[in-house]
Amino acid sequence: MHIVPFAAVAWILGAGLYGVVTSRHLIHQIVCLIVVQSSTYVLLLGVGYVTGAVAPYFYDVPAHTPAVDPVVQALALTDVVVEAAVTALLLAFAIQAHKRFGTLDPQELAELRG
Amino acid sequence: MTPAARRRAFLIAGAGLVAFYLWGLAGLPGFGHYPGPYGTIINRVAVAQTKATGVVSAVNFEYRGFDTVGEEFILFVAATGVATVLRHLRGERERSAVDEALDRDAPPTSEAVRMVALIFTGPTVVIGWYLASHAQTSPSGGFQGGVVLATAFILIYLAGQFLVFERVSPVDITDAVEAAGAGGFACIGVSAVALGLPYLSNVLPLGRTPGAVDSSGTIALISFFVGVEVAAAFVLIVGELLEQTLLIRQGSR
Repeated sequence: MHIVPFAAVAWILGAGLYGVVTSRHLIHQIVCLIVVQSSTYVLLLGVGYVTGAVAPYFYDVPAHTPAVDPVVQALALTDVVVEAAVTALLLAFAIQAHKRFGTLDPQELAELRG
Repeated sequence: MTPAARRRAFLIAGAGLVAFYLWGLAGLPGFGHYPGPYGTIINRVAVAQTKATGVVSAVNFEYRGFDTVGEEFILFVAATGVATVLRHLRGERERSAVDEALDRDAPPTSEAVRMVALIFTGPTVVIGWYLASHAQTSPSGGFQGGVVLATAFILIYLAGQFLVFERVSPVDITDAVEAAGAGGFACIGVSAVALGLPYLSNVLPLGRTPGAVDSSGTIALISFFVGVEVAAAFVLIVGELLEQTLLIRQGSR
């Protein structure tokens, strides 16, 4: 069993989570969250992979050629859209936080709120 | 919580996460041994059923088209949310960067950046249009094409300045275009209902050649509307974020 793709998922997820936990800047923290989410793309595509198969596009290969799972690929697209939406909203909140409190350090923001 | 304490808590929770992940991994089929059956079945029937050679697009805009309506509205709501969070608050007024530097103008955009941005604007529009209109053929679709189209507007911002960006994408018109994109998708679904078929049934002629531009019926049309919606949504979101550079809260600093 090839373990490398799933090890890559764990590595990307772990690196992103570590960044979220230790970040000292909201924008950096949002980027770390994007890294966390990126691990799910690798996981989805890894789950749907078929050894020796082509991409699920039959324009220049005959129909019935073995192809990887198109369902998880469509799901990865949903994943990307959600990430874009979440990132846009978080960035907007970060701007407002900076305007209101004059800092983007999560530590200082937590102290301000008590 | 101090940073050190937070790191300790993360390590303890992380150990639990690793254990769960390994446990879950043990239950997965090995890499490259996708067990099916959904993907396998769709790969076998999609081209014949929809005349689309891009099976991912067929899944997105046909087999789970209803989910994609929701997905499109996620983006719609995000654009609305960003506009709401970043609305002009009391006491906020617009000031250009020039006002901040009293004795000099804000540094102009470098000529090199302007030229590269201008050179790439045209091809970006073409690529975005191609992607949004070829969902049925190749790895592309409205979501990808829409993002690339929105990039063209950001390149215009880079080549000029925010005022130019605002002139080529006025908020009112962009709002209307976004609504037309989102509404178009929903209306295609309703038109099937009007014909007595389930919501989002493929009511248009499928064409004869699989993967041709005029093939796949509503898949191509929905992809086009999604492209319009996504491009407008991203232009709105980016515009809102850029506009903040002009907003200085009165009295602070």
